[in-house]
Amino acid sequence: MEIISAMPGALAQGLIWGIMAIGLYITYKILDFADLTVDGSLCTGAAVCAVLIAAGANPWLAILAAFFAGAIAGLITGLLHTLLGIPAILSGILTQLMLWSINLKILGKANLSLNPRVMNLAVSMLETWKTVAVVAAVLAALIAVLYWFFGTEIGSSIRATGSNPEMCRSQGINTELNKVIALMLSNAIVALSGAFLAQYQGFADINMGRGAIVIGLAAVIVGLAVFSKAGKNFAVRLIGVVVGSIIYYVVYQTVIGLGLDKDLLKLFSALVVAVFLAVPHWKNKFASVKKTEKKSEDGNA
Amino acid sequence: MLELKGIKKTFNQGTPNQKVALGGIDLTIKEGDFITVIGGNGAGKSTLLNAIAGVWKIDEGSIVLDGEDITRLPEHKRAKFLGRVFQNPSTGTAADMQIIENLALAARRNKKRGLGWGVKAKEKEEYKELLTRFDLGLENRMGQKVGTLSGGQRQALTLLMASLSNPKLLLLDEHTAALDPKTAKKVLTLTDEIIERDKLTAIMITHNMNDAITHGNRLIMMDSGKVIFDVEGEEKKKLTISDLLEKFEKITGEEMASDKMILSK
Repeated sequence: MEIISAMPGALAQGLIWGIMAIGLYITYKILDFADLTVDGSLCTGAAVCAVLIAAGANPWLAILAAFFAGAIAGLITGLLHTLLGIPAILSGILTQLMLWSINLKILGKANLSLNPRVMNLAVSMLETWKTVAVVAAVLAALIAVLYWFFGTEIGSSIRATGSNPEMCRSQGINTELNKVIALMLSNAIVALSGAFLAQYQGFADINMGRGAIVIGLAAVIVGLAVFSKAGKNFAVRLIGVVVGSIIYYVVYQTVIGLGLDKDLLKLFSALVVAVFLAVPHWKNKFASVKKTEKKSEDGNA
Repeated sequence: MLELKGIKKTFNQGTPNQKVALGGIDLTIKEGDFITVIGGNGAGKSTLLNAIAGVWKIDEGSIVLDGEDITRLPEHKRAKFLGRVFQNPSTGTAADMQIIENLALAARRNKKRGLGWGVKAKEKEEYKELLTRFDLGLENRMGQKVGTLSGGQRQALTLLMASLSNPKLLLLDEHTAALDPKTAKKVLTLTDEIIERDKLTAIMITHNMNDAITHGNRLIMMDSGKVIFDVEGEEKKKLTISDLLEKFEKITGEEMASDKMILSK
């Protein structure tokens, strides 16, 4: 019974993390850039939003501010990578570390609580179904905007940058600029997710983004696996990513309900992602062995 | 139209792997020239094209295109003057994107990209016509991902893409080397057609001496980062493969070292 009563909460959390997973999809899948900034920018979004709401700002304005703060985080990683030539992963790690200090300064302390009973919040744990409706509406709008954006000339050139940067430069595309734009967009969306998360759980905490990339990756990978037969339409894939995130949280609540040690959850999340990432690699290895066998047969014939 | 003066490029400067790739190239290319470039491995042929395309900065020298000094222009800005096809068929196209999307990317090479649609409705008709005209069997598969095409099809598509956006100069870097002989011939014929149709100026690297002689109006031979032989017009038409081999031995004092070149007689 306890597990079932936890399900609406899992759905709400899954949807909020679905926003984050969409942000991650942009860098991880479209740009082919493993961006570790997200662990910091999720918290930046939460911190900016929480501080503004605690100061009495309109929650939607606070969410908007969080979005832009995330974009700045992405800008920093982008400039570290393109302007200073630092490798992608390291750029993200450096920004993530910078953000830890910055987030602490924004929050003013390690933990800032938001009381839904006295503060005006867009979503909260007290109103789970309202949260589900609001976040689902935000996701629908987000997916629509991204569908449009990645169909435009700039959006197409960003997709091409992820697919083949060498070709892009030969076709007059500024790949460095595109990487920065995509990183800004991605981290803005991740921060947006952080803003909703802080309101929903009723606090912003300096540690709340830790391991976010793994949860996001799990959502992306599970979602794409589940939706693999649903076609290659971009909007469908993004919906798949959100579904992946919901599945992740349903499983998460279930294993907690079954009495699994909460401390081990990050270990299991990381292992699940590792296994899913390993599958295509081993598939390829197996397939390439088969191919060479076939080739040598052809050669003999 | 294109003037190269004293182009020098050394890779891995100051390391044990230091290699002088271009040792002072002076070359003037006239409007409408179709130049074939031959030379052994490591002669600097691809390096020369990459210097023109701006893949990296040259160490010394200047590159002037139609009176504009482009020596310091980054690669993506030079692209608006250039059409490029590479040796590896995977290099010139985005595998994860549709055929039509790839063409649309190339059609915007010399334009500013904005928030208009990446592929406009009227473009579909244009590309369909283009693909039909060159008989690649791709006109009814425009929504397909380029990654599903064969090497030859990808190379032909890259060639069509290179010809869009009115390039001033076409750079072909052994673009038929990775293809089987039949496909290579087809792509080469297509190359001639496109250059003829659009009256393009072109530089084509090839390891096939016969192709180097039968295509284009001018031939240059490179060795150790230098142009060692430059011939055009009637004189070029009369060349034979043995002339070229003899010329090479006379100038360098060595036999043409590349097996690939001798085999491709």
